Amino acid sequence: MTNGAIIETRGLKKTYRQGDMDVQALRGVDVQVQSGEFLAIVGPSGSGKSTLFHILGGLTPATEGDVLINGQELRGLSEAGRTELRRTTVSFVFQKYNLLPTLTVRDNIEIARDIAKKTGPLDPAFLKALDMLGIGHRLDHKPRALSGGEQQRVAIARAIVNGPAILLADEPTGNLDTENSTNVLGVLRDLNHTIGQTILMITHNPEAAAFADRIIEMRDGRVVKH
Amino acid sequence: MIYKLVYENLKHRPLRTLLSTLVIGVGVTMILTLVGMSEGTLNEQRKRARGIGADIFVMGSNSSVIGTGTASMNEGLVKFLESQPHIKVATGTVVHSIGTLKSITGADLDKFNRLNGGLKFVSGGTFVKDDDILIDEFYSRQEKKKVGDKLTLLNRDWRVAGVYQPGNAARVLLPLRVVQDLTSTQGKLTMIYAKLDDPANTEAVIAQLKSQLQDYKIFSMEELISQYTTNALPELQVFTKVVIGLSVFFGALMVFLAMYTAVLERTREIGILKSLGATPGYILGILLRETFLMSILGAIVGIGLSYVTRWVMMVLIPATFTQEIVYDWWPIAGLITMAGALLGVIYPAWKAATQDTLESLSYD
Repeated sequence: MTNGAIIETRGLKKTYRQGDMDVQALRGVDVQVQSGEFLAIVGPSGSGKSTLFHILGGLTPATEGDVLINGQELRGLSEAGRTELRRTTVSFVFQKYNLLPTLTVRDNIEIARDIAKKTGPLDPAFLKALDMLGIGHRLDHKPRALSGGEQQRVAIARAIVNGPAILLADEPTGNLDTENSTNVLGVLRDLNHTIGQTILMITHNPEAAAFADRIIEMRDGRVVKH
Repeated sequence: MIYKLVYENLKHRPLRTLLSTLVIGVGVTMILTLVGMSEGTLNEQRKRARGIGADIFVMGSNSSVIGTGTASMNEGLVKFLESQPHIKVATGTVVHSIGTLKSITGADLDKFNRLNGGLKFVSGGTFVKDDDILIDEFYSRQEKKKVGDKLTLLNRDWRVAGVYQPGNAARVLLPLRVVQDLTSTQGKLTMIYAKLDDPANTEAVIAQLKSQLQDYKIFSMEELISQYTTNALPELQVFTKVVIGLSVFFGALMVFLAMYTAVLERTREIGILKSLGATPGYILGILLRETFLMSILGAIVGIGLSYVTRWVMMVLIPATFTQEIVYDWWPIAGLITMAGALLGVIYPAWKAATQDTLESLSYD
């Protein structure tokens, strides 16, 4: 790791096999994200930003290159190792919220603690964040009873409940109207400012990206603008 | 928390949960009913053997304790027995099978009544004519026959002359000579009963008889009753084993289908859990717990249903089968079907546990 970066990639490449063709999704990506930074990655569809997101989250391995997450090299990490990474270091916020429909808001948050084997009272930093998210009055509701904006805020709460080093957000406002988008992005920015949460957000929306401290642009599997 | 997820998952698909539980429950019921029928039938036989009132039982070497077999003993044996010391009265019967666990008994009613003080009639009375037949209350209820009704057995029409209280040897009684004529066993007997002047002499009389009648089976009442084990009902034993096998198979199949569908339906949810860092063991644990819970519910349902089958038997076929509730078999039947259910969940659970996280998350 150089210069205290919490995420660092060097010459990152990813090739998919699609039918008889090899598709190069990433063609040598070098990225550094500092701890406590809010970084937005923008780019058109097919630019490789989602592939980068999946590699950084341990959802898929890289074909070539190095990835350091919080000091840990991901190359050669087993499935169990990547599972451990998701449980302890990185967490996700997805475009489709991905809440468990059978559980209440409270239980959707609790299940993340259960998976991480965390017991006892909630972390004060999380309680502060929960206030910010404004979902305290919806804890006993199931996802279907919530608006899209509320569901996304629950997803954010679930993502940060175990105090991950990195929050990865993939098009977090992709399914939201303008008002809810602004709200959710505001929350992410507040989390970054108040509790120092490192956030890496992928978006194709320049207005959303403007909430970040720094924006990098990808195209054709490469970073074209820092 | 994991139990809450399991509970909510089961609640979320109530029909599937209900059907799976019911199939597991039916397996439990089938086992409990079969075992209960074995036990009930044997207990009924014990009760009826006691009801005869005899101290010593003599039967041919090829007869079974359940009371069937050929009438192979010479009728002259009755006179021989009555000539022995301490034997107060001896009488013989011919038992003729008329179907599975169904038989008619030919008896010399005058002497038969001296063994136990006589049949207790609920309605009607003893034989008057040669085409008279006596039936017990269970048989009367099952065949819906009352005194004066016509009853067809052995290709002949009989008139029900009396209905007596059950627990007294046979369900259907005919005069001994009539049965012997009908079954071409004139002068032959299936079973001989002897009553002693004092039951305390039983062992001594049996010892003395055995020394003289080496080709016969001779039992005291207690010895006879101790023979009424499931070994005496080989057909039911085999049937019970088949039912256990079928319960395991169908339980496993149903759980396999239910959980396989559940895993497919919940592909995305499994992906979500994995994205949160859930290990394959955690996912496996959820599905195993769901199956375990369904098995417990199934066992409870199955036990409840076994009371229903007992009631149905009591109402419809009280003379043929008696089902008892065998509490010792509750955990056994539960565990057997649970084993089947767990067998059924292995593949779906493995599939869920090894599903690719990214593919699962993109599943719609």
